[in-house]
Amino acid sequence: MNSLAQLKEIKDRTVDKIVLPEGSDNIRVVVGLATCGIAAGARPVFDALVQGVSNAGLDEKVTVAQTGCIGVCQYEPVVEVLQAGKERVTYVKMTAEKAAEVIEKHLKGGKVIEEYTIGYYTRADENAEIKYSLMDTPFCKTQKRVALRNCGVIDPESIDDYIAMDGYAAIGKVLTQMKPEDVIQCVKDSGLRGRGGGGFSTGLKWSFTAANKADQKYVVCNADEGDPGAFMDRSVLEGDPHAIVEAMTICGYATGATEGYIYVRAEYPIAVKRLGIAIEQAKEYGLLGKNIFGSGFDFDLHIRLGAGAFVCGEETALMTSIEGNRGEPRPRPPYPAVKGLFGKPTTENNVETFANIPQIILNGADWFASMGTEKSKGTKVFALGGKINNTGLVEIPMGTTLGEIINEIGGGIPNGKKFKAAQTGGPSGGCIPASLSDTEIDYDNLTAIGCMMGSGGLIVMDEDTCMVDIAKFFLNFTVDESCGKCSPCRIGTMRMKEILEKITDGKGTLEDIDKLEELASHVKANSLCGLGQTAPNPVLATLRFFRDEYIAHVVDKKCPAGVCKALLNYSIDPEKCKGCTLCARNCPVGAISGTVKEPHTIDRSICIKCGVCMQNCKFDAITRA
Amino acid sequence: MEMVNIKINNTPLSVPKGISILEAARYAGIEIPTLCFLKDINEIGACRICMVEVKGARSLVTACVYPVNEGMEIFTNTEKVRTSRKHTLELILSTHRRNCLSCVRSGSCELQQLCKEFNVQDEEHYAGRMPDFEFDDSAAHMIRDNSKCILCRRCVAACQEQNVAVIGANARGFDTHISSAFDKDLADVSCVSCGQCIVNCPTGALREKDDTDKVLAAINDPSKFVVVHTAPSIRVTLGEAFGMHIGTNVQGKMVAALRRLGFDKVFDTDFAADLTIVEEANELIERVQNGGVLPMITSCSPGWIKYCEHYYPDQLAHLSTCKSPQQMFGATIKTWYANAMGLDPANIVVVGIMPCTAKKFETQRNDQAAAGYPDVDIALTTRELARMIESAGIYFRNLPDEEFDNPLGEGTGAAVIFGATGGVMEAALRTAVEKLTGEELQSLDFKEVRGTDGIKEASYTVGGLTVKVAAVSGLKNAHTIMEKVRNGTADYTFIEVMCCPGGCVNGGGQPVQHAVVRNFVDLKGRRAAALYEADKDLPVRKSHESEAIKRVYAEYFGTPGSHVAHEVLHTSYVPRPKYK
Repeated sequence: MNSLAQLKEIKDRTVDKIVLPEGSDNIRVVVGLATCGIAAGARPVFDALVQGVSNAGLDEKVTVAQTGCIGVCQYEPVVEVLQAGKERVTYVKMTAEKAAEVIEKHLKGGKVIEEYTIGYYTRADENAEIKYSLMDTPFCKTQKRVALRNCGVIDPESIDDYIAMDGYAAIGKVLTQMKPEDVIQCVKDSGLRGRGGGGFSTGLKWSFTAANKADQKYVVCNADEGDPGAFMDRSVLEGDPHAIVEAMTICGYATGATEGYIYVRAEYPIAVKRLGIAIEQAKEYGLLGKNIFGSGFDFDLHIRLGAGAFVCGEETALMTSIEGNRGEPRPRPPYPAVKGLFGKPTTENNVETFANIPQIILNGADWFASMGTEKSKGTKVFALGGKINNTGLVEIPMGTTLGEIINEIGGGIPNGKKFKAAQTGGPSGGCIPASLSDTEIDYDNLTAIGCMMGSGGLIVMDEDTCMVDIAKFFLNFTVDESCGKCSPCRIGTMRMKEILEKITDGKGTLEDIDKLEELASHVKANSLCGLGQTAPNPVLATLRFFRDEYIAHVVDKKCPAGVCKALLNYSIDPEKCKGCTLCARNCPVGAISGTVKEPHTIDRSICIKCGVCMQNCKFDAITRA
Repeated sequence: MEMVNIKINNTPLSVPKGISILEAARYAGIEIPTLCFLKDINEIGACRICMVEVKGARSLVTACVYPVNEGMEIFTNTEKVRTSRKHTLELILSTHRRNCLSCVRSGSCELQQLCKEFNVQDEEHYAGRMPDFEFDDSAAHMIRDNSKCILCRRCVAACQEQNVAVIGANARGFDTHISSAFDKDLADVSCVSCGQCIVNCPTGALREKDDTDKVLAAINDPSKFVVVHTAPSIRVTLGEAFGMHIGTNVQGKMVAALRRLGFDKVFDTDFAADLTIVEEANELIERVQNGGVLPMITSCSPGWIKYCEHYYPDQLAHLSTCKSPQQMFGATIKTWYANAMGLDPANIVVVGIMPCTAKKFETQRNDQAAAGYPDVDIALTTRELARMIESAGIYFRNLPDEEFDNPLGEGTGAAVIFGATGGVMEAALRTAVEKLTGEELQSLDFKEVRGTDGIKEASYTVGGLTVKVAAVSGLKNAHTIMEKVRNGTADYTFIEVMCCPGGCVNGGGQPVQHAVVRNFVDLKGRRAAALYEADKDLPVRKSHESEAIKRVYAEYFGTPGSHVAHEVLHTSYVPRPKYK
């Protein structure tokens, strides 16, 4: 392919398959076959649909396609039925048997099976109307899909599908109508900031690399998503890999690079496979390689697999790893724009950042800048997890408040519990307490309250969460993931973890809290790379917003959330105990004794504080304090 | 040179653009402390001791790697900076086994010095779990005690710089430790025993294997005749261990000290260096005249030999078969000297004082026992000798100058320059040129092969023959040359290779100098200059003119390359695997 006309030809012949035109009586059925869907059992559902449609002789009329992540984790496997002029039907928690039923009743009979639709699960009460479409749920209402626009829509393994949705039109426009500096100006004007967490202006970053003369420059895509609970990048790679290929090519043209590397975790095999397919397809079409669109511009892409070290998400460590060395950060300056991969000027952006680029080129900087807040433009993808009703992948305009995300999109906290705090930025971020639910999520607001945007993990915690324990959890992670190069991070994170353990073990003192704070500030200010500089954030944020919990642990020797076992004691209220013996019979260590119909007692020297007695007691006689 | 205007602690000054804050501060007379920094070879910003404040910077800045730019205002001694350094030191101490009282590096430990300077009073401030440390004494020459390792990685850089690279960081985070691949013992990998890791270690984590007790036992055994000989470079480095200036020649005091330590004879390895030249020049001429394997490469440096055996096992025929001076010395003592003095070689203990840890390995090699006993029994480093002198209560600086014993205390100027890179080449040229031309040299100085450059080349026309030579030091440079030798593009006749960068003056057995000295003082150059100074003042400056050499050939070896010479003074080499 070497012309825009050829691109349009492919689009024209494919688009009707994906966006069914008015008057068509064809049906498009998509199955979410990202990692999450497959793990939940979507593969047999897909196979059953393909086979069933064929057996039913519906091949002419019904297309069954795989697609990427549709976004609603807890409802996987998800199947959507699309028909021109009709409301989309989202079937959830599907099985092969249910799929057969859908073919019979819906695809053949034209009747929606209400009790399999998402609306059946999300309706307010039994009498409420059942909405069939995911789009009508509160989960989707305030979402705005830019980076995820093709996820759940196209078959990620089909370049034609991507082209049908205006894919490769942006690189076509760039190579035929724009100068490199125009591209950079457009990205600058859009206000796009790095979605990996740092929030640095993407256009500015590109301009730094462009300004450096070199015989070779590189573009690197950071797909080493490592935050626990984060899966935004994986979803993009699995659902829309061509967007990354296209965006990196655009970046290459803008910055003067002719080669790119995608550094992706080996733990993302489906993303790796689909990226590989995308690159091969793009090469076949001449959208990668020599003289793209006859412009004289060459660009080639390679995939490099990461072995799963969190630190390799740090840009210099990532490049060191691509070079074949132990993944460790190197000091900056020199910055990658000057001396990056293999010592050459390099632009590195993360997956989500790149995913926005083709849209910015096609729709213009103003369109993108019209979304979001004054200094944070566009949308942000979050992986919503933890103690929340709707776990999933959400893309919202910058400036949405935390409260909206949790209460509307997320559907609130399960089991009527109270919202306590949300962690953004994973182990590098901090917690936002419930009292700051009105905070509009953008880079600067989060930084101002001592948190950070991070790459998009959003973990919700309820009243049963101990904040000291949470800080310890994240410290455990950073202790494991510290590369060991610089002294403050290598030793300091371990010492912080030890102090936190001492506190949660009930052996802490007020001096320990002071020492913890001193150490956290030291590690933050002195570590070599972003990992160490942000590792203390969970400690500092919890100390800032939940200091009383720390004090309760060290002074009162109590864990207010009832999490830290060493600080808990179970006891039986003799007034309430009926002597039913249920607790004694269920105690795994035989710590409870007593005769039938007499109040029982717990021997604390034996008790392992597992709580089984409390769960079993029918008379509320067992208390935990 | 483009200059920038900066302020350091409010003092304005103009410094070259792009240099590090650390170097810029030196212009202002301020030494910013470092632990991991080694100029050019370990600029990794890992230890975080050199942190300084820079006006407008978000956080503290790493002085060793951060370049200065126009208008920068730097503060090196604020409370914030001092607190930061102190806490980092406290953290490092919390994983450091602190048996400082008896540590071999007590007094010369860079960590200890900083803890004192920054008033670290509470060594337990951040006490906690210690990592699981490894202790590796598998190698012939050294001990790795990771319980004292601070992970500055200077050893890793030094090993990398030697192109050996058998050590690196293993595991990660708190469990990170320096060791060989798959945590193999040092003896089971291709470590060449050069000891560059040891001289670059800031603490006592790396040290030579101490053989001083063996020497003392021999001295105290009345049945043993204990002979000591000192390598050329020791006389210009030993003084550093007693606080003397770098490049002070202490030959006379060194001899006096050795005599007071109780050695039966105090000889000079220089004698054997001359012997090496005579044998090696003869071997070279034979190879040139009889179509032997060329280029011929020197074999004085046991680290280099071991490197060649591990990395170029297919090129061993290029190595001169001459034993090293240390081994030639021991072999001569236990054969000719024993015979001449009526001693039983079984009762002779030969101790070499060497600038080198690989010499400890060399004494244990096969085919190094001319009299049926190991040619050399014990090789001590300069550092071990210094410790023996200290522990004997000898006030070194006040010793009188004394002379070596005879006849093996005689060395020429050609021998003394063996200690510097290019020295063996120059010494060999002084002999070979005269032998080939049959005429006396007008000038003895072959300046083309002097200096501390890693690779020096020269070409001479000798009696109608063009002789192209190279003098190489540091194994990275040896690698460069050996690749050419291997692919047949090395058109040299003779190559000198010294394992350590700069030659023996910078050997792995030499007195330890702090990184600040290694970074900013021409250590190799100053030590070498003292050797060339000694050469200049010696009455005999050509090996073949040494009276002692003439005597041993007349009485024992006959002619260079004779059967006896081959039996006693030559050896063989074996291919070695990269790991076991």
